[in-house]
Amino acid sequence: MITVPKRAPILPMLTRQTWTEFLKLWRVPAFSATSLLLPIVFYAFIGIGQASQTLEGTKVTFGAYFLASMAVYAVANVMIFSFGISVANERGMKTDLLMRATPLPPVVYLLAKCITAIVFAALTLAVLFPFAYIAGGVRLEADQWLTLASRVLLGSIPFIALGFAIGYLSGPNSAVAVINLIYLPTAFASGLFFPKQLLPQIIQNISPYLPLYRFGQLGWDAIGAPTSENVTTDWLYLTGYGVAFFAIALWAYRREESRKFS
Amino acid sequence: MPAAELVEATKRYGAVEALKAVSLRIELGEVVAMLGPNGAGKTTSISLLLGLRKPTSGKALLFGLDPNSLDARSRVGVMLQESGVPQMLKVREIVDLFRSYYAKPMPRNRAISMAGLEEKANALVKELSGGQRQRLYFALAVCGDPDVLFLDEPTVGMDVEGRRSFIERIAEFAQLGRTVVLTTHYLEEADQLAKRVIVIDRGVVIADASPEVIKSKVAGKKVRFVAPEIHEKNLDGLPVTAVTIKDGRVQLLTNQPESVLRDLFQRGVEISDLEVSGADLEDAFIALTSH
Repeated sequence: MITVPKRAPILPMLTRQTWTEFLKLWRVPAFSATSLLLPIVFYAFIGIGQASQTLEGTKVTFGAYFLASMAVYAVANVMIFSFGISVANERGMKTDLLMRATPLPPVVYLLAKCITAIVFAALTLAVLFPFAYIAGGVRLEADQWLTLASRVLLGSIPFIALGFAIGYLSGPNSAVAVINLIYLPTAFASGLFFPKQLLPQIIQNISPYLPLYRFGQLGWDAIGAPTSENVTTDWLYLTGYGVAFFAIALWAYRREESRKFS
Repeated sequence: MPAAELVEATKRYGAVEALKAVSLRIELGEVVAMLGPNGAGKTTSISLLLGLRKPTSGKALLFGLDPNSLDARSRVGVMLQESGVPQMLKVREIVDLFRSYYAKPMPRNRAISMAGLEEKANALVKELSGGQRQRLYFALAVCGDPDVLFLDEPTVGMDVEGRRSFIERIAEFAQLGRTVVLTTHYLEEADQLAKRVIVIDRGVVIADASPEVIKSKVAGKKVRFVAPEIHEKNLDGLPVTAVTIKDGRVQLLTNQPESVLRDLFQRGVEISDLEVSGADLEDAFIALTSH
């Protein structure tokens, strides 16, 4: 007679799953190095040279403004890439098939990915903030640093859903290309690299409707730079995009389910 | 309560009927081999029992539960065909990950040594050879110390020596009193390992018995000889099955070798190098599945 064993305890499972997810990403330099280092490389090239100049009609320095831009860029980048690439890879390698036959609850799988992405995003900020402080001479109030960090982490949630959607809709070999094709141009068009005013008029007309632009506004507002609308409007936009991306991700996930597992 | 059960399970993929109203019960402690040619429905059967696929009609049960329930899955270890694991993890890391999914896993080193991977415990998955990777999948399947082990073509792509030692590892696990369900088209594996063989062909169970019974039921004797002049017509009406004629070499199965040979002599067929032997499982299998 075999006694019925209970299920494994959730917390150690979640810890182990999260640690393993982290190791998987950490050991892919194409992800970990570019996530951690690209933002400070951009900051060094674009931000430092004119860091002490103030934005027209304000006391906000360009160094602080560009820090907010790069914080938004770095965190959204981590969210989209970590989810997009890991999901696409798991599908390509058919790891998803094996995982599905194990007693791993889907919610633990999902949570572990989210925690890993948030930890990675926090790490990019832990590299970027001191760099801007030392190399860019950026001085903010304590609550401004905190507001910036917490807003970019919270505001990145819609991009988690976008990463998932891309992971389910693209193949393992095309995920990186798809993400770069979407992410880099919209980052430019949203004014993350150059202030919106320097962009061509036609793009300036589009940018208020881009999710990254709304995300950027949250960052710029956090360090006291003027933005085109109230922060509440930006949150509303981001929530709307979040719901839309989540719906697409859910649809793509269900499509995959009905193809593979029915 | 059976460990795993299919009840009138039918599975259709589009127009293809991969499984046709199959019913089977696998009791706890049984070691069962599912045999059949490619596309026979073996993997589909396993997928239904694991909840990876849903039956079009009928039922699949694990421990009397829906195979998708975590309670059922917590008692099962699985080795699937063509499923990958992350390349950038070390063997011991991924074994620890899978151990964390189960309530009472075996110690990490025991799982690794059962799979014969002691020397590769610190290697990254991407550094493993094909055979080592198969053994890693075995370690992942047994590390939760499951009551039931499902192995879908576990030795595919291995050389003869690799297969032999792998079969011994599976036997070692089965000796713990655990249930093992494996699919294979290597018949000697079924013969060495299983007490029960389920032969599946074209989505239907065509035999379900011990290897010995299956051998005796069908085969009888295998007759081989050389007859350069022979034509298939010479065999018309004789009680033979699984006939192959190639370059004048003839092989067939029959329960009445004496009368078959007498008839052949009477029909004027010249025979040399005559050989009559007991059929092995492979012959039985060919006879069972020849259409």
